[in-house]
Amino acid sequence: MQRDLGKRPRSFYFLAAFFALFVAFLYGPMSAIFVLSFQGPTGGLTFPMNGVSLRWFSALFAQERTGDFAGGFTRSILLALLVLSVTVVISVLAGLAFRRRFFGSTLVFYLAVASLIMPGLLVGLGVGLTYQTLGWSPSWFSSGLGAQLTWTIPFGLLIMFAVLSRFNRAFEEAGRDLGASNWQIFWLVVVPILFPGMIAVALFGFTLSYDEFPRTLLTVGAKNTLPMEIWGMTTNVTSPALYALGTVTTLVSFTAIVLSLGSIALIQRRRTRGLGKHDVVKSEA
Amino acid sequence: MRTPVRRRANRFELEDAIIKLPATAVSYLQVAPLLLVLLAFFGIPLLMIVGVSFFEFDGISSVPAFQFGNYTELFTSRNTLTLYVKTVEYALIVWAITLAIGFTVSYFLAFHVRSILWQMALFLLCTVPFWTSNIIRMISWIPFLGRNGIFNQALMATGLTREPLEFLLFSDFAVIIAYVHLFTLFMIVPIFNSMARIDRSIVEAALDGGSSGWRIIWEIIVPLSRTGIALGSIFVITLVMGDFFVVNMMSGGHSASVALAMYNQIAAVQYPPAAASAVILLIIVVLMVAAILKMVDVRRELAG
Repeated sequence: MQRDLGKRPRSFYFLAAFFALFVAFLYGPMSAIFVLSFQGPTGGLTFPMNGVSLRWFSALFAQERTGDFAGGFTRSILLALLVLSVTVVISVLAGLAFRRRFFGSTLVFYLAVASLIMPGLLVGLGVGLTYQTLGWSPSWFSSGLGAQLTWTIPFGLLIMFAVLSRFNRAFEEAGRDLGASNWQIFWLVVVPILFPGMIAVALFGFTLSYDEFPRTLLTVGAKNTLPMEIWGMTTNVTSPALYALGTVTTLVSFTAIVLSLGSIALIQRRRTRGLGKHDVVKSEA
Repeated sequence: MRTPVRRRANRFELEDAIIKLPATAVSYLQVAPLLLVLLAFFGIPLLMIVGVSFFEFDGISSVPAFQFGNYTELFTSRNTLTLYVKTVEYALIVWAITLAIGFTVSYFLAFHVRSILWQMALFLLCTVPFWTSNIIRMISWIPFLGRNGIFNQALMATGLTREPLEFLLFSDFAVIIAYVHLFTLFMIVPIFNSMARIDRSIVEAALDGGSSGWRIIWEIIVPLSRTGIALGSIFVITLVMGDFFVVNMMSGGHSASVALAMYNQIAAVQYPPAAASAVILLIIVVLMVAAILKMVDVRRELAG
């Protein structure tokens, strides 16, 4: 148990060792495929390494057999951005709505929970059947988008519940007392306070969508997103090119993480600076 | 200069007028987009599945009808029970393991890592793999667990075994390892979030009162992080219950789950039987989640 001062208890070291093992468990297999993707030209899917080469990376981009890797990647990113924006807007609004009890609020809440727990394949099946019945053709930006939203929006709503439970309504009241319009209260008080929560919803929305498989499988239509391309590869590519694909997509994800965390840090820094300025203006006024 | 300012003022007045609706009307407007999307892509499709599950299916084509043939077939097949037992077994084993790991890791991060910066850094370390493809993370176990895989090589090198272990890959063992690898994060995030909100002075008070570490965990930390535990359990159980691709890949065809059987039916365009088994699967998942929600009122605790 933690004390601010003094020696660390013995349990700390046990737990730290457990944590280290868990991290090794998370990263170990990934590092194995990272190494194996540099397998020599005669090497196979397992160790030992028969030399070192970049052959499988070039195979990835050259071979027709590996499918439409670049197209799938572009569509996945676009779809993830779309899901992110819609999820943030809808879950923030709904989160605000749930601060009041309104007739049917429990029902809407359980609808969201049901949507969250619905197995992904079933969402895909249902949306697919609906489109088929209506005679519409499914595509990643219509049925695919909708199917993914049934999972990202409830997630976003839960995050907003957690964020809003710590939100002090006195700030809104203060704004109102100072003569702010509702719109000003929303943009100048509510949104800045909720901003970190909105970032969390956005990050969740993006990752859940970028990697979504079971809901998208039956709703993606003719043009695949990246997980479908990868899934296709696992069934018909039996060379280390598969691992090369793993390495490339992982690097892309890592770049995305670094970029988004960097931009969050930047925004936060700018905001604290901006807040400082505001304080000066306010105190002068 | 004056005109834009005035127009701005007018805009606010106009918006104020729009927003000065009765409070509940505002709530309805705010929740309407969510409701629309969920009804269109969850509600209607769900009704569609239920509808199609009553269609007649003769093995080749489906005819709109209202009959229970798909259900009677499902309930009379011995295979159904085997599949459900297997799937629930996976779900319970994976739930127990991810809960144990998730609780321990979150407890370590929340109560034993002293600086907030380290806490966030280590938490991030756990979440990074979540950003990479699930399928890639799953197949990364293949070179690890295979007959000539790293694990077997290590075992033989240390002399623990002479022959490579065969049961590692394409077995229940591999399926469960992959599930734990993929889904533990869904346990860590909510539990860590709950624990981070526990008032440290309660723990201090218990320590001052001479309470042991175990007692503090059992009587303070577990009850106060029950929302996180419940949410994590819901995520993990529903993910495993609905999974088809981990079972398909990691069992090497030796095992199956309800969703995998359903996926095979869908791939064979046998929609009515697939829809019937979807309805049954959904009922079972809902019952499991309802049992968890009965123990912990997630909504009240999240909003409270």
